[in-house]
Amino acid sequence: MTNTPLDDKQDQTQPRVIAELRGVTKRFGTVLAADNLNLSIGEGEFLSFLGPSGCGKTTALRMLAGFEAPTEGDVLLDGAVVNEIEAHRRPVNMVFQHYALFPHMTVAENIGFGLRQMRPRMAKGEISDKVRRALDLVRLPGFEDRRIWEMSGGQQQRVALARAVVNEPKMLLLDEPLAALDRKLRKEMQIELQNIQRSLGITFILVTHDQEEALSMSDRICIMRDGRIVQIGTPQELYDQPISRYVADFVGTSNFFDGTLEAGSGAIAGVKLANGITLGGRPVGAIAAGDPVSLSVRPEQIGLTRKQGGAGALPVTVRNRIFLGEHTEYLVRHETLGEFFVLAPRQSELSEGPFNSGEGLFASWDATAALVLTRK
Amino acid sequence: MSRRIRNFLLLAPAGAWFLVMLVLPLAVVIIFSFGERGPAGGYVPAFTLAQYANLPARWAAFRNTMMLAPTGTVAALVIAYPLAYFLAVRVSARWKMTLLVLVIVPFWTSILIRSYAWIFLLGGRGIPALLDLIGISDLRLINTPFAVLVGIVYGYLPLMVFPIYVSLDRLDKRLLEAAADLGARPWAAFVQITLPMSIPGIATGCMLVFILLMGEYLIPALLGGGKVFFVGNALVDLFLQSRNWAFGSAVAATLVIVMLVTVSIYMRLMARLGNGRDDVSLM
Repeated sequence: MTNTPLDDKQDQTQPRVIAELRGVTKRFGTVLAADNLNLSIGEGEFLSFLGPSGCGKTTALRMLAGFEAPTEGDVLLDGAVVNEIEAHRRPVNMVFQHYALFPHMTVAENIGFGLRQMRPRMAKGEISDKVRRALDLVRLPGFEDRRIWEMSGGQQQRVALARAVVNEPKMLLLDEPLAALDRKLRKEMQIELQNIQRSLGITFILVTHDQEEALSMSDRICIMRDGRIVQIGTPQELYDQPISRYVADFVGTSNFFDGTLEAGSGAIAGVKLANGITLGGRPVGAIAAGDPVSLSVRPEQIGLTRKQGGAGALPVTVRNRIFLGEHTEYLVRHETLGEFFVLAPRQSELSEGPFNSGEGLFASWDATAALVLTRK
Repeated sequence: MSRRIRNFLLLAPAGAWFLVMLVLPLAVVIIFSFGERGPAGGYVPAFTLAQYANLPARWAAFRNTMMLAPTGTVAALVIAYPLAYFLAVRVSARWKMTLLVLVIVPFWTSILIRSYAWIFLLGGRGIPALLDLIGISDLRLINTPFAVLVGIVYGYLPLMVFPIYVSLDRLDKRLLEAAADLGARPWAAFVQITLPMSIPGIATGCMLVFILLMGEYLIPALLGGGKVFFVGNALVDLFLQSRNWAFGSAVAATLVIVMLVTVSIYMRLMARLGNGRDDVSLM
């Protein structure tokens, strides 16, 4: 699924649009937090806003939740403009960054809070049934009467999740939900969040600055920078076809060689680097000759060999070797290009043996695997 | 130096102070309360319950104290809570400090002088004179329970405002966003989140004001004009005017007992309200 156009609601192959941002701009005083955001979110989709702090991702989420109203543009839920609808009237729920659990209530009281607000009132038995099922869903059965402060961070995270999903919202908004967890727990919760999202079929919207989190869970990722959406796409699209150096840098790791685009380029363009070397790569997007560009090469697309290679092979020296299990990462140095990373799979090591620090090698890559990206 | 000696040295100054200034006087009061009045006043050693049997003679003082101290506490709470809420939640950081200082400013002047100002305000040429202009005549304010209530609420308001302000200021505003997100209207969020989370502040404020009001003497003396008197006024009268130390001691001992009983009931109530929460301290 790529960026869903606004006018394809009739298209039966596309999921129904559940939420939309139409030209949404948000200013706090003179600060432009969100700048002309356009996005439509499909029903049952897992969408992430990814970007560094201050990029506007949290502002976008808070406008969907109803904590902020857009300065310009419209926020739509289920086809209706909800700009002026307050948070407590919106059929969406949020998992807060630091959980925001109510410390004076038990786990069951926390989870049942949203159900107790419903009018007409929900029967007590029905509430406790739903609370029990929500606790089962987040794998905390029997925790009803626990106090919040008696629970670990990971358990609190699950309670926060249960408190939100128990209301069966149209959309679940997650604001850096895993940021406070340690690495192992975070991995576990990533898988669990995905499972819960699939089993409930609720649209999940995640805000994160952690690319790994976004890449591993999302159907689509919306990369943001300075209040704008830079690129929207599936994790694979963003990884394979980033439209700028910023995206390539944010999604996965890459080596960048800065230079200017040479004239007369076709499918493979020449990039003239500062030190006079020219390297070939596949140009992406609207860039013209003379533009400042970066040549982006993913570490796993670079091959290393002891044998003198073809004409394009670069002589390098191994600086560091980092064993990563399945892969080995090498930091190599070229006389004029400087240092860059190479990720070598285990198999090739078996054929040519691990390379040692200080060893002289030849590095090469396929010009079609190198992308020429704008530096803007 | 052993740990025991160091702990002893840490506690010694306060221990000595409490022994001399609290335990000894209290023991004296209790001993005196079983004694008799001398022919020329003062105290004659004896062991009799006559002083306690005579307590109903000072019933009015106890009644006034037990009526006006809780009423004053509740009135102060009702006035202080919205103010503390406003200061903690609504005021921008820029104005917070200024407004908080304004709450304390009256404390920079003696309560005696401020109470005299109230004597004038509530007296014949003050508020009643103004009300007279709009047709409400012959209203008497000074020397009534109402005047004493106004005086004590005015005097003790800051003691109520501050603990509540602190508990509301510490309240994580994200909890209110979470409540709104879960469908709670503003008033429902206040009742279910803000109010319970500010119970520690309310408990502390009420305790402070109530205990001090139980021993109040100055404000009833000035604004009650001898007509609305507290136990404190009765004590001054008994010790200094009638020089009946034995009866005075019995009244004082009874006041201490009434306070202990009231405060322990109150604390039990708060403990139940707190329901084992560790974020609710009773004082």
